[in-house]
Amino acid sequence: MNPIDVTRREFFTTAAGGLGGVALTALLDQSGAFAAGKTTRAAGAVVNPQASRPGHFPAKAKSCIFIFFAGAPSQLDLFNYRPELQKLDGQKMPESLSEGVRFAFIQKDTATLMGSRRKFSQHGQSGMWFSDLLPHTATCADDICMINTMQSDQFNHHPGQLLMQCGQARFGLPSMGSWLSYGLGSENRNLPSYVVLTSGRGSSGGATLWSSGYLPSIHAGVLLRSEGPPILDLENPAGLPKSLQRKGLDVLRELNQRNFEQVHDPEISSRIANYELAYRMQSEAPELTDLSGETQQTLKDYGVNRSEPEKSVGRSGTGEQFKSFATNCLLARRMVESGVRFVNIIFASWDHHSNMDDGLNYNATMVDQPIAALIKDLKQRGLLDETLIVCGGEFGRTPLGENRPGYEKVSGRDHHPNAFSMFMAGGGVQGGYTHGETDAIGWGPVRDAVHINDLQATMLKLFGVDHLKLTYPYLGVDLRLTNITRESSVIDALIA
Amino acid sequence: MDRSAVDRVPVFGRCLRISGAFFLFALIAIGSVNPFAGIANAAETRTVDFVNDIRPILGKCVACHGGVKKNADLSMLTRERLLAPTEYGEPAVVVGDASASRLIERIVSDDPDERMPPEEPLEPEEIATLKAWIDQGLPWPTHWSYELPAAEKWTGDASGQKGQGYSVDFFVHRQLAELKIAPSEAADRRTLIRRLSLDLTGLLPTVVETEAFVNDQRPDAYTQLVDRLLASPHHGERWARHWLDEARYADSEGYEKDSPKNDAYRFRDWVIQSINKDMPFDEFTIAQIAGDLLPDRTDDHLIATKFHLQTQFNLEGGVDAEEDRTKRVIDRISTIGTVWLAATIGCCQCHDHPYDPISGNDFYAMYAFFDNVDFAAKLLDSQSKDAEAHRKERKEKMATLTENIKKQYSNKSLSNTVQAQLTNLRTFDNQKGFVRYLEERTEDRRTTYKFRRGNFLQLMVEDGAILPNTPAILPPVTARGEVPDRLDLAHWLVAPDNPLVASVTVNKIWMHLFGQPLAGAPVDYGSKGEAASNPELLDWLAYWFVHEGGWSRKALIRLIVDSDTYRQSSTIRTELAESDPNNKLLARQNRFRVEGEILRDIALQTAGQLSRKIGGPSVFPPLPAIIVQQTYAGSFKYKASEGDGRYRRGLYTFFRRTAIDPNLSTFDCPDSSMTKPQRSRSNNATQALALLQNEVFHEAAQGFARRLLELSLVGGLSDGERLRQGYLIAIGREPEEAEIALLEGLLLEARNFYKDHPDDAVKLTGPHQVDDIAPAENAAWVATTRVIMNMDEFVTRN
Repeated sequence: MNPIDVTRREFFTTAAGGLGGVALTALLDQSGAFAAGKTTRAAGAVVNPQASRPGHFPAKAKSCIFIFFAGAPSQLDLFNYRPELQKLDGQKMPESLSEGVRFAFIQKDTATLMGSRRKFSQHGQSGMWFSDLLPHTATCADDICMINTMQSDQFNHHPGQLLMQCGQARFGLPSMGSWLSYGLGSENRNLPSYVVLTSGRGSSGGATLWSSGYLPSIHAGVLLRSEGPPILDLENPAGLPKSLQRKGLDVLRELNQRNFEQVHDPEISSRIANYELAYRMQSEAPELTDLSGETQQTLKDYGVNRSEPEKSVGRSGTGEQFKSFATNCLLARRMVESGVRFVNIIFASWDHHSNMDDGLNYNATMVDQPIAALIKDLKQRGLLDETLIVCGGEFGRTPLGENRPGYEKVSGRDHHPNAFSMFMAGGGVQGGYTHGETDAIGWGPVRDAVHINDLQATMLKLFGVDHLKLTYPYLGVDLRLTNITRESSVIDALIA
Repeated sequence: MDRSAVDRVPVFGRCLRISGAFFLFALIAIGSVNPFAGIANAAETRTVDFVNDIRPILGKCVACHGGVKKNADLSMLTRERLLAPTEYGEPAVVVGDASASRLIERIVSDDPDERMPPEEPLEPEEIATLKAWIDQGLPWPTHWSYELPAAEKWTGDASGQKGQGYSVDFFVHRQLAELKIAPSEAADRRTLIRRLSLDLTGLLPTVVETEAFVNDQRPDAYTQLVDRLLASPHHGERWARHWLDEARYADSEGYEKDSPKNDAYRFRDWVIQSINKDMPFDEFTIAQIAGDLLPDRTDDHLIATKFHLQTQFNLEGGVDAEEDRTKRVIDRISTIGTVWLAATIGCCQCHDHPYDPISGNDFYAMYAFFDNVDFAAKLLDSQSKDAEAHRKERKEKMATLTENIKKQYSNKSLSNTVQAQLTNLRTFDNQKGFVRYLEERTEDRRTTYKFRRGNFLQLMVEDGAILPNTPAILPPVTARGEVPDRLDLAHWLVAPDNPLVASVTVNKIWMHLFGQPLAGAPVDYGSKGEAASNPELLDWLAYWFVHEGGWSRKALIRLIVDSDTYRQSSTIRTELAESDPNNKLLARQNRFRVEGEILRDIALQTAGQLSRKIGGPSVFPPLPAIIVQQTYAGSFKYKASEGDGRYRRGLYTFFRRTAIDPNLSTFDCPDSSMTKPQRSRSNNATQALALLQNEVFHEAAQGFARRLLELSLVGGLSDGERLRQGYLIAIGREPEEAEIALLEGLLLEARNFYKDHPDDAVKLTGPHQVDDIAPAENAAWVATTRVIMNMDEFVTRN
C-alpha cells in the first residue's frame, strides 16, 4: 500500500479493518530469515508500511532534522536585527500596533519597547544578520535560509507547539515526522523511521508532539535516550545472554509458525517478522548511539565534551545540558546516515519572560556550536543536500519588555506569534537567503509572511510530497498535515 | 460481472440503505474484476441509484461546491441546496430537464475555462448518469443512517430467540447462503471459553474453569457460562474500559501543566458499577449528559456528569480563561456527536460540514446546550473534621473567581488574575478531596452567539442569539420548558425515534465482540462512513436493543454471543481470502491481539500476580524514568506503588496525559486527548521488545516460572508435564508433542548455560526465586516461560 496514491478503500481494509498494522514479512523474506516458500499467506494481505516509497514529485530532501527550541526564543536577540527598536528602547509602542492584540502577560497600558542588548553583524556572501550569541552558526550563513516573517495563530505554548509539530493546535493529530514516515516510509529496515531526542526538561507538549495521532502507531516518534540503551526495553533482561535470546526466539518462531500453518492468519507472519526485527534492533540501535567510533576532532567540533558553564541558568536543570544537546546533534547525523527519515531534537527552555539576557546567552551558547558542527559535518560528508535541517520555536517574543505584575524589573519578553524567525539549511533550500521583512520594530511582517502551515507545505514539497495529496480519512474527513480549512501555500522562494 | 449478481444480494425493505461500499464489496465478494462494468451502459435507461451512481460523482464536486467552499454560491450537499439560486441567479439544476440545467452545460462545455470539474473532465458515462438523474426528477433519498425503519417492519417473531424468527444467525446465514458460502464450524470449547472470558471479563479462564466447561454435559452449558461471566464483577471492568475510551478518561488535566486530578477515578468507578448492575443504556446516557438536572438527583448522578469533565483544562499561565472554556464546550459537543450520533459535528464550529448535512447553526445550537455549565465540587463521604472549613473556603474562592470572570468580559487585563485563581481553585479542590461535577448555572446566564470562523473573540451578534437545539436533519427535540435544556437533549438522544443512537451503540458493542464493527466506521455514520455490510442485521439489532432488550447491554451481549455466528471458529478461510479478506460476511469469527490493558492483565494473571481488587483510586505501577521526564519541566513526581498497587489491572494505571505508560501506548491505548470509540490495532517490533523485555512482562515471566515450579516441589513433575500445565494456564489448550519438544530444547539449553553462570541465574530470576529450587533450574524456567508468554496464541483472542 502506498499512501501517496492509496485509495480510500484500501485505507478501510488495512487501517481500520483490523490488518492495520504492520506487517514486515516482505522485509524478512528479503533478508532470508524465512526459507523461501515456507510461508503461505493470503495474497496481498501483507505489506510493509515502513518500506521506502516515492512521493508525488522528485524529492530534494531524504531526511529531516528538526531542532525544536520549545518555549520560543527571542528572534529579536538572535536573528532579526531591528536597529530602530534599539533606538526606541523604553518608549511606548504606537497604539495602532497593539490594537486588538492579545498578550499572555504584558500589561498593555504601561508596556514599553525593549531594544536588544545584543550586537548584530552580517555574515556570508549575502550579508545575513546574526547576533553575537550565534558566532558558530553565523559561519554557515551561506548554507542557511533564514525566515524572519514566520507567523503562528497560537500564543500559548502547548497549542503553539502542536501547531508547529502537527499542523493544528489540536490534540490527537499526527506530527510531521509521522506524516513523512507514513508517506515515504523508512530507508532503514532495522530502525524506526521517526526518532525523538530530548535534552533538558520536558517541553509543554511532551509526548503529544511526536504522536502518530490517527495514523497507525508504527509512525509515532520513538523516543531515544542518548545514554544507556537508546530504546525502551531494548536490552535483554538481566542475566539473559544473547545465545539464549536467540534460542528463545527460534523456539518462538517455530511455535508461531506451526500455529500459522493451522489458522493462516497473516498477523502471525507479521508477528514473527517483528520479533526478528526486534532482535536486529537490539544489536543495531546501540551501535547507533555508540560514539566510540567518532574521531576526537568530531567530538570536539560538536562540543560533546565541552565543560558546562558553572552556573546553570534558568529552569533547564537536569545537569549536563551542553553534553546532552551536542550529543543529540551528533546522534542526529548518525541516524540520518543510517536512513532514519525524521529526527526531532527537542530542547525546551526558551521561555524567557524574565532574566532573558542570561538565559538566552546560556541556551544560545549551548546550541550554537553543535548546530554549526552538524551543518558542516553533513556538508563534508555530502549529506547536506539531502538532509533538511530546520531550527526554531513555536512562536517569537515581543518587541515590548514584559512588565508582568509582580516582576521587579523588565528583563524579558512575552509571547509573540505575529512575527518570528526560523531557519533551515540543506535539503534543497536556498542557502544564503533571508526571506521576508518585518517592520522597524519587528512587530509584524511588511512583506512575505509565512504561516507555519506554509512552512510545513514547503517542507513536504522538499520531500517530494504534495501537502494537499498526502491525506488520511479520519472521522469522515480527509485530513492532512496542513489545516484543511486554511489555504496554505508552498513558498517557492525558499527552495533552491 | 453484471448487475444481476448484485441484485441477487438479499435485501428486503430499504434497499437504498445498501451503500456504495457494500455494493462494491458484494461484487468483489463474488469475484468481479471490474465492479463498475455494466453500470455505465445502462445509465440512460435504467433507474438511477443515488447512493451507488450519483454520490461518487458528486464527491468530485463538493471540495469546491460543498459545505466549506461554496464557489459561485453553489453547494451540492443536499437536494435543497443544489436547487437554491446560485450567483448567476437561477439554480444550477432544472428538475426533470437535464438539457436546461446549467450544471450539465458547464460539465459538457468544450471551453476549458468553463468546463467543470476544472482539472479532470467527467467520463461520458458519468455525464450520462447525471443527466438521467436530473431527468428522472433528481431523486435524493435520505442517507442510510438518518432514517429509522418503521418498527412494524419487524413483523413476526422479533424476540431474538434462537432458531425462531429474526436472529443474528438469520441475517448472517441468509447473506452467506445467497453467496453460496457455508459458515464456519463452531470453535471447540477451549477456544470458546477463552474467547468469552476475554470478551466479557478481559481475563483468562482458569484451568479449572476450562476443564469444567469442556466436561459440562448440560445442554445449557454455554449459556450458563455466559451468565456466569456477565455476572462477574470483572465484566464491569472490561466494558468500562471500552466506555472510558469514548469518554477520553484521564487522571490529569491535560495541556502543559497536566496536573493530576485525584477525583477522576470516581467516574471510572461509576462506569464499572453501572455496567455491573446493567444500568440500561438510556439511563446511563441521561445520567452522563444531564445527571445534575434530574429532579431526584443523587451523588451518583453528579459523578456521572464527570463524563464532560474529562475534557482538557489548560492551566498554563497567560491562557485566556474564557477561550479555554469555549474550547471545553466545543470538545463536549464534538464528543457527544461522535459517541452518540457518530457525526463529525465538531467540523462545524468554523463552517458548514464539508460533506454532511450539518450546518454551523446546528453546531452552535448544540453548543448552546453546554454554554451555561460550570464545574462545581462537593466533598463526598468525607470524614475530615475540616470539611466544613474547606467548604467555606471554597465558597469564598468561588465567589471571588465568579466576580472576576464577570468583570473580565469588559476588563481584559483581569485575564491573568482569573486564570491564576482558576488554577488555584483546581489545585485546592484536588488537594482537599473535592469531587468535581457539572452544574447548570442559574444566574448570569451566558447568551450564545456563533463565532466567526471558530474564533471566540468574534461573536456574530448580528446573527442573533442562538438557542439550544438539535441538528435539523434529525427528529426535533421536545422541550419541557420554553427552550430545550440539557436534560431534554439527553432524552432526545435516547428517544425511540432517534435513528442514530441505538444503531451507533449496538455497532460498537458488536465491534467489541467481533473485533470489527458491522458498519465500517463506528465514529462516522455520515456520507463518508461505510454502511453496514449486513444493513438489515444492524437495523434489527438496533430495534431489538430498544424494544426487546430494554437498552440492556448485558441482554444484547447475551443475544450476540449466543449466536452460532459468534461461536464460529476464527481460522482464516483461505478460499475466502481473496473475495472477503476482511471477513465482512462473517463466515468466521475474527482473531486479534488483545488491548494493552488486557495484555497486562492476562500476563499478571498467568504469573499469579494479578490483584483482583475492583475500583478505587488509580495506582502507579513502575514507569521508566525517561517517560516521567517528558512531563512539563519534569513536574511528575512519580512514586511507584508498592504491594497490591503494583499488580492491579491495566485500567487502574494512573493515566497522566503527558506521561503515558508505554505498555499502554505501545499497544494502541488511546492518549485520551479526544474520544476514541475504535482503537487501532498495530503489530510492530517495539511491541515485541516490550513483551520480551519490559519490567512488567519480565516479572510476569518470573512469576509464571515460579508458579509452574511450585506445582509440585517434592517428587517433582516431568518437564513435559510442567510445560503442559503452562500451556493449560497461558494458552488454554493441550500442547502438541512437537511443541513440548521445542520448549524442552530451550529448557535444556538454558539449564546448561545457567549451571555455569550462577550469577546470571540469580539475576534472571529476580525476586521470584522459589525456595528449595536451584537458581540455575529456576532461571532455565524463566527463560522458557517468557517464550510461552510471547506466543501469538497468548496475546491473541481467537
